[in-house]
Amino acid sequence: MAQVVVVTSGKGGVGKTTSSAAFATGLAQRGKKTVVIDFDVGLRNLDLIMGVERRVVFDIVNVISGEARLNQALIRDKRVDTLSILPASQTRDKDALTKEGVARIIEELAKDFDYILCDSPAGIEKGALLALYFADQAVVVTNPEVSSVRDSDRILGVLQSRSKRAEEKKDPVKEHLLVTRFDPVRVERGEMLKLEDIQEILSIPLLGVIPESESVLKASNTGTPVIMDAESQAGQAYADAVARFLGEEKPHRFIEAEKKGLFKRLFGGRAA
Amino acid sequence: MMSWIDFFRGKRKEESSASAAKERLQIVLAHERIGRTREDFLPKLQQELVAVVARYVAIDPGKVNVNLDRGGDMSTLAIEIELPAPAAMRMAAGAR
Repeated sequence: MAQVVVVTSGKGGVGKTTSSAAFATGLAQRGKKTVVIDFDVGLRNLDLIMGVERRVVFDIVNVISGEARLNQALIRDKRVDTLSILPASQTRDKDALTKEGVARIIEELAKDFDYILCDSPAGIEKGALLALYFADQAVVVTNPEVSSVRDSDRILGVLQSRSKRAEEKKDPVKEHLLVTRFDPVRVERGEMLKLEDIQEILSIPLLGVIPESESVLKASNTGTPVIMDAESQAGQAYADAVARFLGEEKPHRFIEAEKKGLFKRLFGGRAA
Repeated sequence: MMSWIDFFRGKRKEESSASAAKERLQIVLAHERIGRTREDFLPKLQQELVAVVARYVAIDPGKVNVNLDRGGDMSTLAIEIELPAPAAMRMAAGAR
């Protein structure tokens, strides 16, 4: 049975699209048939982060309006063959998405895929509501920062009241906390919220911690999901999070400040 | 921030990913800006092409694939239409 997973946050700029791209690629690398849908109609960006922007022909709105078939709009990833991308429309507005249209797409995708990832736009309006409506599970992307934690709490409330599962009084959407842009050095200095604090406030299980890393910008520059950079801490942290998502036990890494010796101070740059 | 040893190694990696970013943006934005001033013709182009081909061969509209690769100087549009086997074609022709 296909699982629908929404990647959401409420707040913008916290790393939803980076996380969606990394997570989808990670699931596909593990042999799961995965499709990742960009719900940010009007401001699509997942195609750029996935590096498929030159190949977009049709998008989710074309499929909903009947101008293209679903399999024509899906872009098969050239690096991982179990991965597909359904882009958002760049020219239409959010009203082009309808609940019935999205329902039809998800129903059709569920026949062919194990995981359907929904990359939510920021905010709590139509696009974001539709992205989370059909979810079985939610990855809530949060930065260790006050407004991000508050918005995550808000979106958790929406998941618990306005998702299909909530409306139909089924088992609730399974929630996962993914903390991104985490900087252990600043946490140690007392400048950044601690992991325990975020967990205490949001009280949902911690799926992963992605350290602030230069490799994330490099990955978006080149259109390569950061999880493919197996050398980087961010890439490894995403791979761990995917493993945990699939039920493996993995200790959390990159959450303590590295003790820099004299040698590292002189010769080492910043974390990759 | 580079550590001083990177300077001696002549490490220039960051620059190359940034220039890749610039090039990708230039290509995608050039195409998007054109798209803003006129309607997206691809859905219609595809429908018309399929209609023309369907006049001669019985095709399954679900087996039409449109592949596009946008480039800086040139883009390629590949439309792949799966034609049925000769036997199926004869049957379709006979039915008419």
